[in-house]
Amino acid sequence: MSELNLTLRVWRQSSADEPGHFENYRLTGISTHMSFLEMLDVLNEQLTAQGEEPVAFDHDCREGICGTCGMMINGQAHGPDKETTTCQLHMRRFKDGDTINIEPWRASSFPVLKDLIVDRSAFDRIIQAGGYVSVNTGNAQDANALPVRKSDADKAMDAAACIGCGACVASCKNASAMLFTSAKVSHLALLPQGKTERAERVTRMVAQMDEEGFGGCTNTNECEAACPAGISVSNIARLNREYLKAALTAEDA
Amino acid sequence: MTTLPTTNGTQTGSSLLDSKIPDGPMAEKWDKRKFELKLVNPANKRKFTVIVVGSGLAGGAAAASLGELGYNVKCFCVQDSARRAHSIAAQGGINAAKNYPNDGDSVRRLFYDTVKGGDYRARESNVYRLAQLSSNIIDQCVAQGVPFARDYGGLLANRSFGGAQVSRTFYARGQTGQQLLLGAYQALMRQVNAGKVEMQPWQEMMDLVVVDGVARGIVTRSLRTGEFQVHMADGVVLATGGYSNVYYLSTNAKSCNVTAAWRCYKRGALFANPCYTQIHPTCMPASGEYQSKLTLMSESLRNDGRVWVPKKQGDTRAPGDIPEEDRDYFLERRYPAFGNLVPRDVASRAAKERCDAGYGVGDTGYAVYLDFGDAIERDGKKTIAAKYGNLFHMYDKIIGENPYEVPMKIYPAAHYTMGGLWVDYNLESTVPGLYVAGEANFSDHGANRLGASALMQGLADGYFVIPYTVGDHLARQGKSEADEFHPAAQEALVDSRNRVEKLLAVGGNQSVDSMHRRLGKIMQDKCGMSRDEPGLIGAIEDIRALREEFWSDVRVLGSGEAINQQLEHAGRVADFLEFAEVFCMDALERRESCGGHFREEYQYTDADDIVKDGYISAGEAKRDDENFTHVAAWKYTGEDTPPERHVEELDFVECPLTTRSYK
Repeated sequence: MSELNLTLRVWRQSSADEPGHFENYRLTGISTHMSFLEMLDVLNEQLTAQGEEPVAFDHDCREGICGTCGMMINGQAHGPDKETTTCQLHMRRFKDGDTINIEPWRASSFPVLKDLIVDRSAFDRIIQAGGYVSVNTGNAQDANALPVRKSDADKAMDAAACIGCGACVASCKNASAMLFTSAKVSHLALLPQGKTERAERVTRMVAQMDEEGFGGCTNTNECEAACPAGISVSNIARLNREYLKAALTAEDA
Repeated sequence: MTTLPTTNGTQTGSSLLDSKIPDGPMAEKWDKRKFELKLVNPANKRKFTVIVVGSGLAGGAAAASLGELGYNVKCFCVQDSARRAHSIAAQGGINAAKNYPNDGDSVRRLFYDTVKGGDYRARESNVYRLAQLSSNIIDQCVAQGVPFARDYGGLLANRSFGGAQVSRTFYARGQTGQQLLLGAYQALMRQVNAGKVEMQPWQEMMDLVVVDGVARGIVTRSLRTGEFQVHMADGVVLATGGYSNVYYLSTNAKSCNVTAAWRCYKRGALFANPCYTQIHPTCMPASGEYQSKLTLMSESLRNDGRVWVPKKQGDTRAPGDIPEEDRDYFLERRYPAFGNLVPRDVASRAAKERCDAGYGVGDTGYAVYLDFGDAIERDGKKTIAAKYGNLFHMYDKIIGENPYEVPMKIYPAAHYTMGGLWVDYNLESTVPGLYVAGEANFSDHGANRLGASALMQGLADGYFVIPYTVGDHLARQGKSEADEFHPAAQEALVDSRNRVEKLLAVGGNQSVDSMHRRLGKIMQDKCGMSRDEPGLIGAIEDIRALREEFWSDVRVLGSGEAINQQLEHAGRVADFLEFAEVFCMDALERRESCGGHFREEYQYTDADDIVKDGYISAGEAKRDDENFTHVAAWKYTGEDTPPERHVEELDFVECPLTTRSYK
């Protein structure tokens, strides 16, 4: 184990209405076994001791599944590691003497609330628009009544693995939410249970996505590179096919 | 001199604790109860409002299902979205008595395994209902589009879990909790879209409003703006999870807390079995003082991984250099019938025993190996990767070692709390109109929870029990007349405000986090995997001293009118500091060992006949069925008076009491 001395350049913003700015902090003796968020905990303990308000950042499970944490680390969503959330990033990835830039997600549909915390409720509203199967509790038939081809089930699971963190939006130059939306559209379109509503689902979810002000997709694939859950851009292609099919076959078109 | 709790509640059959178990044969109890429960006319449902606190498996499922029935639901969570509830982190799976593998499973067997796994400290009738409902859960989740693992024929796959000899666990890779939660979340979002559920994220429940003895609402504080609000309703469902974060280091998400449950306790809800804590055997060990949480890896790993330590104390050779004959596969040695699949409490204590005796590995000596070498040789890397790939990946990311090549290092960590608010068969607490679901209640797991049973219980409560039983309360109680200006509501509001102001006014020198760590240390050392009387008495003294120090020296910066994470944390730690004392009192008063509660004074020794007969090994937990076959529920009596211990006797009719052996 070795120890690092670091300079942090952290975005500080007291509220949504106030302008923000970068603040520099020095940290010494950071263990390489620490997680990135534990390093920020150390910073916050230091700030508290000095009577300065700690840096606000979102975090919860600290094991990469809840999707709460997320920040731009040296310009990359969730930092340098592939398929890794901020909470899973460890300090062994950094070198002694490094300067680390830490910013919130940057997207107009994710307004900054304080320091590194943004409002991602737009994602909930996209799911509300149709990201579900309309089945009331108690309506289900036996779970094995409808076999699902293993390859379809696996692909659906790949898409369903999305943790809703917003890294795709933050890394996209257009702040597009296509990867997020397509993951849910794909998950449900691939399963027989989701087929009945697939046309309405994709139409409504895309409309909501647009209403929230997310940008369009220009196939840069930055989202896939940043995604900690390994969601593939092939889901975006599937969303486009679903959307086109829904548009062409719409009864009230 | 420590004032120990009065135990004037140890009289049997406390009148406060009426479990309302239906009469009749076990298999017919739930049907009977459903028929007895009053219904609300479909046209009247829209006149009632139900509050659901928490949006995890239990809360999310309950809120969605109540919305589908036509009630107006207000659902609150502390996270920024309902999808982030901590249920999401459950990895391994969910049990159901489907018997798809044709290996002898049945409702009765799942029931029996769960009662036995809980070390005969759960209520039989609740567990039976849970086993009955287990199949419906799988059906419901599949219908929602939960992508469970499937075989090539397209049918659902199963795997084995600790404490069972059948394969009844359904799973979605190592992300079963995530997928089940997203299923419930999607159902919930559908109801939000339909206008039946009003979702209020980023809200902390500060207090329960009790009007004339009946739960009628809650006080919330916005974690975004600091605004306090009173929400009145005709029924309140609490589904706020467990309290493992009392240990500071646990597998729980950082926001998991006891606050909502503790506020209910202080308003009259009894708190049952707080000392029943599950320490999960397969977690990544702590690496230093800065450690902020412990990461669990699914128990499913024990299906193929073999647990071992070196046979020699202080053997510092790399694991690959230690030959087979120098390895002690201690679970297989001690428990040949179940081997690496013994229940969690048994596996955890066995690991601790080896480490305490000086056989542990890793930098701290507090870790044991979980080795996949044999499994990879037998099944190939590809098969193992398909089963556990994401877990191996997660381990590599956190520890920086590749488990395909080097055995994992694991150590037990606080994980799940079987204790919780006391509820009757209908999941109603001792405060009428306050229902408690999921990990927040105490009901189904006794003194130890089997793997893959938490998801089952959360969803059974949320989808299939709460929607029926809450309806009965609404039908009987009628619409609430009290509004937010009712004196009881205003009093709760003022109390909540005062608490926050008090925290901000202390202006001391110590950070909230450092004091939480100190509380955790007390609990880990003195009320963790093993406990004894002097330790517990000492813990109670330490907790009282720390609590006093907290209120005179904690430092909370910033204001109460904006996002202030330190303030949120301070409020939760303040409650943990009160709760921990009752936790230790419960551990002290339960003078036996059972499940996750291990008292050093009560274990089998070589002098016991069943050890001589070879049925059980020395050092195993020794229950005292004569004196402790009961639920202990604690009643708040005031700030300066000790809580009362009340008792609900447990009857074991279907599963006669036996000594739990996995040998």
